[in-house]
Amino acid sequence: MERDTHFILGVYEDEDVLLHAVEQVRSSGVKIHEVFSPYPVHGLEHVLGYKRSRLPIAAFLFGLLGTSLALTMQFYMMKFDWPMIIGGKDFAAVPDFIPVTFEMTVLLAAFGMVGVFMISSNLKPWAQPRIFDVRITDDKHVMAIDIANNNALDVEKIKEILKSSGATEVNNKSFE
Amino acid sequence: MQVTSSVRQPLVTGGKTYHDVTHDVARQVEGKPSVGWLLAFLTAAGVLALGSIALIATLWEGIGMWGLNKTIGWAWDITNFVWWVGIGHAGTLISAVLLLFRQKWRTSINRAAEAMTIFAVICAAMFPVIHMGRPWLGAYWALPLPNTFGSLWVNFNSPLLWDVFAISTYFSVSLVFWYIGLIPDFATIRDRATGLRKVIYGALSFGWDGAAKTWMRYESVSLILAGLATPLVLSVHTIVSFDFATSVIPGWHTTIFPPYFVAGAIFSGFAMVLTLMIITRKVFKLEDYITIGHIELMNIVIIITGSIVGIAYITEFFIAWYSGVEAEQYAFINRATGPYWWAYWSMMTCNVISPQLFWFKKIRTSIVATFLLSLVVNIGMWFERFVIIVTSLHRDYLPSSWAMFYPTWADVGVYLFTFGLFFTLFFLFAKFFPVINMAEVKSVLKSSSEKVAK
Repeated sequence: MERDTHFILGVYEDEDVLLHAVEQVRSSGVKIHEVFSPYPVHGLEHVLGYKRSRLPIAAFLFGLLGTSLALTMQFYMMKFDWPMIIGGKDFAAVPDFIPVTFEMTVLLAAFGMVGVFMISSNLKPWAQPRIFDVRITDDKHVMAIDIANNNALDVEKIKEILKSSGATEVNNKSFE
Repeated sequence: MQVTSSVRQPLVTGGKTYHDVTHDVARQVEGKPSVGWLLAFLTAAGVLALGSIALIATLWEGIGMWGLNKTIGWAWDITNFVWWVGIGHAGTLISAVLLLFRQKWRTSINRAAEAMTIFAVICAAMFPVIHMGRPWLGAYWALPLPNTFGSLWVNFNSPLLWDVFAISTYFSVSLVFWYIGLIPDFATIRDRATGLRKVIYGALSFGWDGAAKTWMRYESVSLILAGLATPLVLSVHTIVSFDFATSVIPGWHTTIFPPYFVAGAIFSGFAMVLTLMIITRKVFKLEDYITIGHIELMNIVIIITGSIVGIAYITEFFIAWYSGVEAEQYAFINRATGPYWWAYWSMMTCNVISPQLFWFKKIRTSIVATFLLSLVVNIGMWFERFVIIVTSLHRDYLPSSWAMFYPTWADVGVYLFTFGLFFTLFFLFAKFFPVINMAEVKSVLKSSSEKVAK
C-alpha cells in the first residue's frame, strides 16, 4: 500500500446480528470495505451484494480440458503412434479409455479450480495479509469500513451507525 | 436461519463457545508433546525402522524375498494394497458424500478422517511400486512417458494402468481438499502464535484473512470438490476391483465386484476411522466434539456396509452355483472347505456376523465394544482380500500347478513397514495439525451445540 489507509472496525459476536447489521449499515449509505469471519456465515455474501462466484465455470472448463487431453492422448498413443492388437480389441478400444478419461477430467477440474481460487483470493505461502483483528480467526466477526470510501459521512456518524447495528466494539485501525 | 429439531442430538456437548473450540483444538498444537504421544510416536517410528529392514532387503535382493511362487504371483502385496486403499475410502466419503447430504456431524471428524485417507493411500501405493522389483524404472512402466523404445507407450486397455491414474488422482485431489480445509485453521493458529511458530503457520495459512468474499469462494470450491470427489471415491475402488473382475480367473471374473468392493472399502474405512478417533478423542480430551453420537452414527454406517458385504458374499456363492460353470463352482466350494477354509471363515465371522452386534444400542454406544469391533472388522477385511486373491490363484487350471502360499519374513516385514509409516504420519499430523476442523465446527455450533439446542 502506498498511502496510509484508515478503517473503522465494528466487532460483532453473533452471526445473525451481523447479517442484520450488514443490511442496516448498507441501507444507511455506508460503503462496507469487507466483513471478516472465523467461519463461513451463510447469507453473508448475499446481504453484502456479492455476485455468485464463477469458480464452478472454471472447474467445468478445466474438466473439459482434462477430458479432451485424455482422449487425445489415448487415441494418439494407441491408434496412431504405435497401434498394437491387445486381446483382439480395436486399436481405439473406446470403452477401455473411459476410466483414464474420467480420472483426468476430475484431476484437471479440481486442480484448475483450486488454482484459480488461490490466484483470485491471493492465497500463497508468502502472502502478507492485512490482519484487522487477531480475533477474526477465533470468535469475532469484524466489519471494516474504509474512511476514504465514505467521505460523504462523518467518522463519528459511521461509528454511531455501527454501534446501533449491534456492534459490541467499535475500533480504529490504520495500515501503512 | 437454521432450525434444528429438538429431538436431534447436539453435535458439540459441554456448552462450548466459539473461543472454547479454538482453545481446545489449538492447545494440542501449541503445547509440549505429552508423554503418551511421545511413547506412541516412538513406537510407530520403531515399527517403521524395523519394517524398513524388510523393505531394504526386498529392494536389494528382489521380490524373490517374498513367498510368491509361479502359481501364486499375487498374495500379500496385493492383499495389503487393496486393504489400505479400502481404508483410504472413509475420509473422502465423510468429507465429500456427507457434505453433499448435509450431514453436519461430519464436521468434527472429517479432518482426521481425511488425513487417515491420505496416509492409507500412501501405504497402499507402496505395494505396487515395490512389486515392480526395480521401482526406480517404474515411471516408464506406469506413466505414458516418451522413451527410447520408439516410443512404446503404456497399455491403456489394462486395468492396472487405470489404477495408476485412479489412485494418483484420488491421492492428489484428496490432498488438495484436505489442505483447502486446513488453511483457515492454520490462520487461527498463526494469529495465536508468536515467533517461529507464527512464521511457519503463517506460510502454511497462505495469507488467509477470513474475508467474506474468500469464504464465499471457499464454500464454492468445497462444494465443487465434494461433487468431484464423490464419483471419484466410487471410481477408485471400482477400478481396483477391475484388476480382478476383468481377468478370467474363477472367483474373480464377476460383475458384482465394483459395488461389492466399494461397500467393503467404506466398511473397513469407517472401522479404521473409529479405531483412530476413539484413541484421539481420549488422548487429546476431545470427548465434547467427537461424542458418543458420532460413534453411534459411524457404527450405523458399519452395519449398513457390513450387511451389503454379507449379501455380496452370499450372492457370489449363489451365482457360482447358478451359472453352472464348474470351475467357478469349484472355486467357491474350495474357498469355504479347501485348505484355506480358516481364512474364509475368519472373513465371514469378522465381516458378516460380528458387525451385526451393532444392532444393539448398548453395543453401538459402548466405546470399548466399538473399539474392539472396529479392529475385528479390519482383520476381517484383510482376510476378505486374502481369500479372494490367494484361494482363486492357488488352484490353477492345471492341477499339477496347484500350490500353497506361505509368507516369508519379508512379506510380514514390508506389511509392518506400512503400519509404521501410517501411524508415524498420523501421530505427526495429530500433534502439529489441528485435528478438528475448527472453522466448520464453529459454523454448526450455533444450530447444533448443547447450549443453543438446550
